[in-house]
Amino acid sequence: MTMIFGVPLAVFMGQLMLGLINGAFYALLSLGLAVIFGLLKIVNFAHGAMYMLGAFVTLLSMRYLGINYWAALIIAPLVVGLFGMLIERVLLRRIAHLDHLYGLLLTFGLALIFEGSLVNFFGVSGARYPTPEALQGGFQLGFMFLPVYRAWVLGAALVVCLLTWYMIERTRLGAYLRAGTENPALMQAFGVNVPLLITLTYGFGVALAAFAGVLAAPLYPVSPTMGSSLLIVVFAVVVIGGMGSIIGAVLTGLGMGLIEGLTKVYYPEAANTVIFLVMILVLLMRPAGLFGKEA
Amino acid sequence: MTFNKKILTRSIAVAAAALLASVAQAEMSDNEVRIGYLADMSGTYRDLAGPGGLEALKMAVEDFGGSVNGTPIEIFSADDRNSADVGASTVREWIDQRNVDMVAGLVATSVALAALKVIEDKNSLGIVSASAASSITNEHCAPTHVHWVYDTYPMANGTAKAIVDQGGDSWFLLTADYAFGHALEEDVTEVVEESGGTIVDSVRHPFPTSDFSSYILQAQGSGAKIVGLANAGADTVNAINTASQFGLVESGQQLAGLIVFLNDVYAMGLDATQGLLLTTGWYWNMDDESRAWAERYYERMGSMPGMVHAGIYSSTTHYLNTVAELGSDDPVAVRAAMAEKPINDFFARNGRIREDGRMVHDMYLAQVKSPEDSTHEWDLYEILSTIPAEEAYRPLAESQCKLVNN
Repeated sequence: MTMIFGVPLAVFMGQLMLGLINGAFYALLSLGLAVIFGLLKIVNFAHGAMYMLGAFVTLLSMRYLGINYWAALIIAPLVVGLFGMLIERVLLRRIAHLDHLYGLLLTFGLALIFEGSLVNFFGVSGARYPTPEALQGGFQLGFMFLPVYRAWVLGAALVVCLLTWYMIERTRLGAYLRAGTENPALMQAFGVNVPLLITLTYGFGVALAAFAGVLAAPLYPVSPTMGSSLLIVVFAVVVIGGMGSIIGAVLTGLGMGLIEGLTKVYYPEAANTVIFLVMILVLLMRPAGLFGKEA
Repeated sequence: MTFNKKILTRSIAVAAAALLASVAQAEMSDNEVRIGYLADMSGTYRDLAGPGGLEALKMAVEDFGGSVNGTPIEIFSADDRNSADVGASTVREWIDQRNVDMVAGLVATSVALAALKVIEDKNSLGIVSASAASSITNEHCAPTHVHWVYDTYPMANGTAKAIVDQGGDSWFLLTADYAFGHALEEDVTEVVEESGGTIVDSVRHPFPTSDFSSYILQAQGSGAKIVGLANAGADTVNAINTASQFGLVESGQQLAGLIVFLNDVYAMGLDATQGLLLTTGWYWNMDDESRAWAERYYERMGSMPGMVHAGIYSSTTHYLNTVAELGSDDPVAVRAAMAEKPINDFFARNGRIREDGRMVHDMYLAQVKSPEDSTHEWDLYEILSTIPAEEAYRPLAESQCKLVNN
């Protein structure tokens, strides 16, 4: 058998594949964070909670309203996105002129409230969401058994990431957005409704998190704490990629997934810390992050 | 200088007065029997003991009539948030300032050990119902605590032995990388090798882990017949779910959960867990007596009790009975008297408290039912066999406990 650094080639390839899939999750979540930070300068600590809410909307809408997975892919991000807009309108807007730290504290507090309330009703063991009929089973790739659902997650996440990047960097709406955050007063003078633009952007970023939540529902137990455990890693990814850089968030997300996957083969004990090690190294050598604009 | 002297003389006077007071005290301290319930009420282990355990404790007190020989019983409770510091300081406050006589619950091993240290220093009494570590009555044994429901030894022993006997002789171990996981790994390795099996390979995963796909892939590559899960709680749940997604069972390997609780199986569902072998200290549907208690609990909590909930009721009742017979809530006297009586109730069969503080009782080997065999949402286990009390736990001959003469 071919070996790579003492590991059979098949196992090595399998781990790369899994790393890529996890990376797709990181990419999707850090993308939302990067959009919100890059355009609104809000350090959104409620992002993990929004991801969790996305999964819960998926679970509860199936349980009580009979809404299936495919419909939930649209509905959950919409519902959570609208909820996010409400938060932006009612709460975040009032502190927009203050230091970033206040936004961080507010969103962190919100996350704790959402999590705590759901723990009260559902406990922490989590509930299982069935894998949709059409995505069950798996492919025998030779080097590994790849569940169809994981392949779908990888594809769906990448497509959504690309669409988001295209929308923000290549369309007229994206141009308005970028201009609106650069110089809101000027945009307002041109007749663009900047406050509305900001509300929509926050809603969109949050909807991306909720979309990741829907994708995660059949993979992990749907539990109130599922977001907080992921959030710290995702923040590290955003920092490595460069706060606010959209393409940086996506590429770093995928890259970190790969690095984490390889660590699991060679030194599993460090799998949870390797991303933070990379973060420290990057901050030492390129404080603005790998793709950051401000040097 | 005079100031210091004054303080010194005063504190000596106060200390002397306190000493006199405690000597002159009536047999029931401050005319109340005070029980403190310390558990994780909001985190990873909430569903294992948490609010349900508190409810079971309240049921025991209510069924006892709310008072012991006319002395009222008061219950305190606190969330330890799985922090050893919080647990230790809560227990210290309970004993010092509220004169709590007995501490119940005690969930995460780290918290339980910290709390038990305080209890030992203060000569109070702790009844551990939810923590898994067998070290509580081994190297950490003390005359001030009792370990009730289960521990890692019978969980590993019962399950691993049964599996090797059925032909599952090559194992891959998936271990949680902290003290509890290592202890469990050691126990399992010993049992498997003694029964004639081999450990092919093992991997240690960080605690906690949500994504097990990489480890499951390594387990599949190992070629072992059995994949043993030396972890607990959410880690076990995640590992089993991932194994089911990657078709581990379909490809001919079998999973062995070493520490699996009823609430875990309920959360994962029968599709993912069917056929899983496990050891349990009690099951709600095992006989009429258990069912009757479980249904009362269900009416109050809306979910079926696990072994820890039932054990909290059982241990509290045994404690209160002993206090009533003794006519005193003095922790040391109560602890000694508790060990003199056999324990037989809806939870414990052939139970007794050994000199190391371990409450040994019959354990059960169970198998998770298939969805077709299950008649309703809580019909989850089939009890395959009983492991007799005296065989289930670590023999005293192997004990490192300072209270055992070896």
